[in-house]
Amino acid sequence: MSAILWTIIIIATLGLVLAVVLYLVAERFKVEEDPRIDEIEKVMPGANCGGCGFAGCRAFADTAVKAPNLDANYCPVGGNEVMKKVAAILGYEVQEKAPEIAVVRCNGNCEARPRINEYDGYASCRVKAALYSGDTACSFGCLGCGDCVNACQFGAISMDPATGLPVVDQEKCTACGACAKACPKNIIEIRPKGPRGMRLWVSCMNKDKGPAAKKACANACIGCSICFNTCTHGAIVFENNLAYIDPAKCKLCRECEAMCPTGAIHATGFPKPLDKDAVKARIRERNTKAAEAKKAAEAAAEPQKKEEE
Amino acid sequence: MSNRTFSIGGVHPADNKISRECKIETLPIPETVYIHLGQHIGAPAKPVVAVGDKVKVGQVLAEPGGFVSAYIHSSVSGTVKSIAPRADLAGNPQMCIEIAVEGDEWLEGIDTSDTVITDFPDEASVCLEKIKAAGIVGLGGATFPTHVKLSPPPGKKCDMLIINGCECEPYLTSDFRTLLEKGEQVAIGTAILKHILGVDKATIAIEDNKPEAIKHMKEVLANLRKVSTRFAGICVMSLMKKYPEGGEKQLIDAVMHRQVASGGLPIDVGAVIQNVATALAVYDAVQKNKPIVDNSVTVTGECFPRQANLLVRVGTPLRFIIDYLGGVPENAVKVISGGPMMGRAIANLDAATLKGTSALLFLTREQTVRGKESNCIRCGKCAEACPMGLEPFLLNRLSRAGGMLDALEANAVQDCIECGCCLYSCPANIPLLDVIRQSKVQVMGIMRARAAAATAAKK
Repeated sequence: MSAILWTIIIIATLGLVLAVVLYLVAERFKVEEDPRIDEIEKVMPGANCGGCGFAGCRAFADTAVKAPNLDANYCPVGGNEVMKKVAAILGYEVQEKAPEIAVVRCNGNCEARPRINEYDGYASCRVKAALYSGDTACSFGCLGCGDCVNACQFGAISMDPATGLPVVDQEKCTACGACAKACPKNIIEIRPKGPRGMRLWVSCMNKDKGPAAKKACANACIGCSICFNTCTHGAIVFENNLAYIDPAKCKLCRECEAMCPTGAIHATGFPKPLDKDAVKARIRERNTKAAEAKKAAEAAAEPQKKEEE
Repeated sequence: MSNRTFSIGGVHPADNKISRECKIETLPIPETVYIHLGQHIGAPAKPVVAVGDKVKVGQVLAEPGGFVSAYIHSSVSGTVKSIAPRADLAGNPQMCIEIAVEGDEWLEGIDTSDTVITDFPDEASVCLEKIKAAGIVGLGGATFPTHVKLSPPPGKKCDMLIINGCECEPYLTSDFRTLLEKGEQVAIGTAILKHILGVDKATIAIEDNKPEAIKHMKEVLANLRKVSTRFAGICVMSLMKKYPEGGEKQLIDAVMHRQVASGGLPIDVGAVIQNVATALAVYDAVQKNKPIVDNSVTVTGECFPRQANLLVRVGTPLRFIIDYLGGVPENAVKVISGGPMMGRAIANLDAATLKGTSALLFLTREQTVRGKESNCIRCGKCAEACPMGLEPFLLNRLSRAGGMLDALEANAVQDCIECGCCLYSCPANIPLLDVIRQSKVQVMGIMRARAAAATAAKK
């Protein structure tokens, strides 16, 4: 009996002495840390995805506390809601950002883009891209091995077996950009979600000249520049035989989508399906009116010129 | 007698040199050739001809685009049709000069006869200039400009020239046939290279699965030594057959018993290595004023009915070569440019040959099928096989974990020579080389960026 008693007494005393020592050491070597770091970390999503550009949520909090403002710190996963909380803790102003989403810029499905060879190597887009241009005649499009799917921590992207292309789940995507970084062909772009989820984009990255692009894929952007000439908002950037819609300037009129001869311009989130004929008629009317107005102006200018002479 | 070989790693794949008895025959000239501007390691060449120009065989089409770069010559006579991007062997667009062939008119001053000229100029600089002007690049596969390799940096001294006649890749026979049929020219080319480098010793290294070539070269050298003292110091060495003996660092180890340090070059241990085909090209350039306009290509494979070693003009479309030999066999599923160990599958048969194209290999589905990948059992076979002394199983794990570039560099992923011994020996069918090659590219990119930043900081 006394053996048990002695054991308890010795261990209890030892524990007490060590506790005091630990307390004193902790006090002596205390590292001062901003308590706001912990607070911020608590309101962060905690996915440690790296979408903000920092190593994880704590690294984000650490830099946010030290930074003079929140311009360099934005959590794409938490979005504006989380950023409001972070700003409240730090007493900073937060600039609200439009929510973003990953968009796949390739529509080379199995029918449109025939396979001209067969890949039997290691199933990784990066490995495949280093070996050759891909199993279709398009050297810019999706390779279909699913590196983006593996990169996504939120289960928001999956390969569609029917098309062989990745599909982004709008609800789950946090726009962290991991898929865009993983893609060796850079076909995934992080774009603004758009008002009520309405957005337009060119679903192609092919920079070949028209005939070559069309031969490789029926859905390719052939660089015809019809969209560029149609757009009245200057939202279309045209470079290297490829159109790009600038989301900052796009007014979502869908005229480019109606005019695109290959259907390379995609839209989503719109309440009504596009009435192509109506839009085309509208554009024709506008063009004839503009031509008439131009003629009238010229006609009006001519007598003046004569008078001047 | 046990022959020399390299000390660590290596594998013994089946020889399969089924085209070894086929003499080198000259392929007819196609109607159109496509000459790539990037046929060598380094900066692509800059074109000096315009669309519509008439060119002759051997005329300069493009000038070097930088220090490490080479001249490119027309391999045919005809009219330049276009200078535009065209899909290469891997299907990626590359700048190409398209020439429509008209006759076969050679540039004046090029000796096209078969007479062997043994006497070569005394001044090393004259020889070197001729080599540079002929656009000679390493024809063993790396296509590194030869004139750069023959000008060792100041302070480095060359002790031995090694002519690489190993041809350790299975199936390939073009170097073997070159040694048998043009042994004299190769020996004279070797003497020229030896003279330029100013070394006393040169070794023609041949694996012991080619006894005819070893015997022939010994006879050729014995005869040449009677003609001139310039051929003294060149010997033939028989090496034990083991893959990848033809790798630069492995060959130095086998021949000289010296090891090149990680990140080092052969010249650091006093060696310069040139391929047999390069030695022949050097002979042609110095003795005959003939630039690289053709090279020998092995066309082979068990399923291919007509084995051949062909002398092909640079820029010949692959389809032309294959059609000449009877077309693609029905049961062939893969065509490889180069040997089965290091060659790359060709994605585009409309592409044209390059200076460095050494073989077209046809494989059937049974030959190309990959086993199902299973887990690594840490048997260490890959580490045993690696001729660079790396640990492929570890590099594989680090690569797949992602973001472990520091650890990969510490484990010398940048030393990988991509020989494929690890993948060949893995019982679990893990695609070790595919994975490791990726991280090697990333690590080397970082190392280059760091070196560039260091030189910028010095300035």
